[in-house]
Amino acid sequence: MAVNLSDPYLPGAISLFEQLDKHLIVVLRDGRKLIGYLRSIDQFANLVLDEVVERTYIQKYYSEISHGILLIRGENVVLAGELDDTIETGQIKVSIDELHRIEQSMEHANNDAPGGSSSKNDLPLDEPY
Amino acid sequence: LQFPSPPNYARDMLFFSFFKTLVGKEVVVELKNDLSICGTLHSVDQYLNMKLLDISVSDQERFPHMLSVKNCFIRGSVVRYVHLPAEHVDTQLLQDATRKEIAANKK
Repeated sequence: MAVNLSDPYLPGAISLFEQLDKHLIVVLRDGRKLIGYLRSIDQFANLVLDEVVERTYIQKYYSEISHGILLIRGENVVLAGELDDTIETGQIKVSIDELHRIEQSMEHANNDAPGGSSSKNDLPLDEPY
Repeated sequence: LQFPSPPNYARDMLFFSFFKTLVGKEVVVELKNDLSICGTLHSVDQYLNMKLLDISVSDQERFPHMLSVKNCFIRGSVVRYVHLPAEHVDTQLLQDATRKEIAANKK
């Protein structure tokens, strides 16, 4: 399929066109991170993702929930990043229960600290906007 | 893929044209969720969606999911700022282009 890249009226998703069938991490406006293979796009950056896992991070630990095939409405998309699986991140995958436990132990550590919690120990939150 | 073709506007293209001159240059895109991404501008479209290559992220600890990402597509609607390299921006040219665009829109 020939795509004329010099056409200024080519709709919004040209940058995404090159990412088809690639392994992407899509960050949503509510802070969620969805990882999957990009199967389809349109001019609104609506996406069809395949083999989707939703990943939650607490510092260097993460857990995943499977979602199968998802259609994501483009207005919710913040960014879509190409995942380089060769990069060693040092991040550790744990079960959902384990992540929950880690999260709670960090909250306790915060509350027990003298003088109250310092912002340095805060969980890296991805606030929705 | 069949995309509908939009009407032939001459307006609203000023910043699209401006960003096209910055393709290949390094920019920092600050998003509405406070994430700042530094990278080389690969492409831009009429919605000012951008693709950045070789990215690095402002706060790695706060955004650990970006560690394995080298290139990314950023939706134009979530951008707060694009920090530009001053040496690659001709403000005089921008002003002239703006005046022309306003004049063209008035017709």
